[in-house]
Amino acid sequence: MAFCIAVIGKDNAPLYLATSDLERELDLQYHVHAALDVVEEKCLVGKGAPESKELYLGLLFSTENHKIYGFVTNSRVKFIVVIDSSNIALRENEVRAIFRNLHMLYTDAVCNPFYIPGEQLSSKKFDRAVQKLMSGNA
Amino acid sequence: MSEEIVFDCLHAEIVNYCLNNSKDQHDLATLEYIGFTTGYRLIERLTRDVTRFKDELETMKFICTDFWTLIYKKQVDNLRTNNHGMYVVQDKAFRFLTRISPGAKQLEQAPKFVAFTCGLVRGALSNLGINSTVTAEVQTIPACRFHIEVNRS
Repeated sequence: MAFCIAVIGKDNAPLYLATSDLERELDLQYHVHAALDVVEEKCLVGKGAPESKELYLGLLFSTENHKIYGFVTNSRVKFIVVIDSSNIALRENEVRAIFRNLHMLYTDAVCNPFYIPGEQLSSKKFDRAVQKLMSGNA
Repeated sequence: MSEEIVFDCLHAEIVNYCLNNSKDQHDLATLEYIGFTTGYRLIERLTRDVTRFKDELETMKFICTDFWTLIYKKQVDNLRTNNHGMYVVQDKAFRFLTRISPGAKQLEQAPKFVAFTCGLVRGALSNLGINSTVTAEVQTIPACRFHIEVNRS
């Protein structure tokens, strides 16, 4: 079961990436990178569609094996979640909940005065919580 | 009320700490920077349940209403803009100045009580993607006016 959670900074630099399957990490990273273009497209200013105002972007795209979901905070930090297409336990609402939790964890990590914004997220607490989030859902 | 005083005390201590350690009594850069980092981190938390901002003005409105309410328990009294990146925020009873008695002598001390907020606003805007310069102007205590100049490049 593949599962990947990535946090991408304002300037599209990766801040954090966790996968449940180390052997396929590179492959999953490619998916995350590919998703960034879709995120950018969805966040284009000027689009007045009501759904585009929400932080949760929904399904970005799906391939044969994976489904990729996106989320962008107000500060343009992107969260990308890649899950297996065969994973039917995770529906829209569950994915939404994952992002909500992830956002909460991220804000907690950023509010740590020893974390320098824009640097890689190396907080152990954050890592543990994300791993737990993954194992709880995969 | 009781929980609000804690913030006031903390702020007063930060001001004390910054200015006592530096030789120059008018060196407000540290204070402003503390505000900046605070605002930068805090806005991430405060905008968690807020929908995406459409434009600059919407962001400013958020700063003046929600952001101000969350920090100072009141909204600003006036927000004006020239639509060219210049915003003037007026607060007729600025929280950090309300406990100071009005007078010419006290007015001299006013800048050190508004520097933190200048940084706070600058930090919040910066994380939301707006690069700005924030200055404050105190003519009579406790009224305060913040000038936010958006740097477009």
